[in-house]
Amino acid sequence: MIIKNSIEGSFHLTGGDFTNAGIASSELKSILTELGLDDNVIRRAAIATFEAEMNVIIHAIAGTIYYSIMPEHIKIIVNDMGPGIEDIELAMQEGYSTAPDWVREMGWGAGMGLPNMKKNSDEFKIDSVVGEGTTVEIIINIKQGLR
Amino acid sequence: MNIHEIASKLSLDVKTTKGDLEREVTGCYISDLLSDVMANGKEGDIWITHQTHPNIVAVAILKNLSGVIITNKRVPEEDTLKRAEAEHLTIMTGQAPTFEIAGMLYHFLRC
Ligand SMILES: Nc1ncnc2c1ncn2[C@@H]1O[C@H](COP(=O)(O)OP(=O)(O)OP(=O)(O)O)[C@@H](O)[C@H]1O
Ligand SMILES: [Mg+2]
Repeated sequence: MIIKNSIEGSFHLTGGDFTNAGIASSELKSILTELGLDDNVIRRAAIATFEAEMNVIIHAIAGTIYYSIMPEHIKIIVNDMGPGIEDIELAMQEGYSTAPDWVREMGWGAGMGLPNMKKNSDEFKIDSVVGEGTTVEIIINIKQGLR
Repeated sequence: MNIHEIASKLSLDVKTTKGDLEREVTGCYISDLLSDVMANGKEGDIWITHQTHPNIVAVAILKNLSGVIITNKRVPEEDTLKRAEAEHLTIMTGQAPTFEIAGMLYHFLRC
């Protein structure tokens, strides 16, 4: 599959809206599937986007997922308004979570989301300002053999 | 072995009507942590869990799992079943504890 022009779009996310969790990531997955991209690329994009989506729903107030699918790679930016992250290095460690008990009872809050995002990305960046919000940028290469 | 055969061999209640009962089950993953399933579940796995809320449908669909078994007499929430029907995902419940269901499944999938 050769993508000539970039395909872009966005989804709005609402913090605490567990009912609609996953809809944005599923839609992105459908778009990538329709484009006929490699299964492995789709799988990794879906996992990383879903974890980012869940983090906005669990930890933030509101956010947006922006995606652009380019000939060489997929770029996913998830930007939120929320508490931000004080210590990013700590947050990136597997097992670290500040999720409240009721969220943990749902099976979230294992502290695996950020490590999952990183593992599934070819490039991963996270930026955060305490009291303002967090931005993650996920890049997944489309060309096979790069990973 | 497909979903239908597993449901009948393990005496599971199929709670959904729109899932593909012919879908082949290629493995199994057991966890109540959703990000753990996102990380370690494999396409085609059947997922055994205690979680009953709608997010399990999102996880199962994104990971292309073959179905979900909720064990220990737990009941899926109504919204979970609605989401599952919309996504054509099969959700089943089992009376037996996870250990027994997993034990039987191991036997059928590996032996
Ligand atoms: N968008 C965000 N806004 C504010 N804090 C965040 C955000 N994303 C992550 N964090 C912080 O980083 C921690 C680790 O995130 P991570 O996704 O790895 O785990 P989790 O969301 O707590 O659990 P899991 O992803 O396993 O359900 C979170 O508990 C939270 O403290
Ligand atoms: Mg998370």
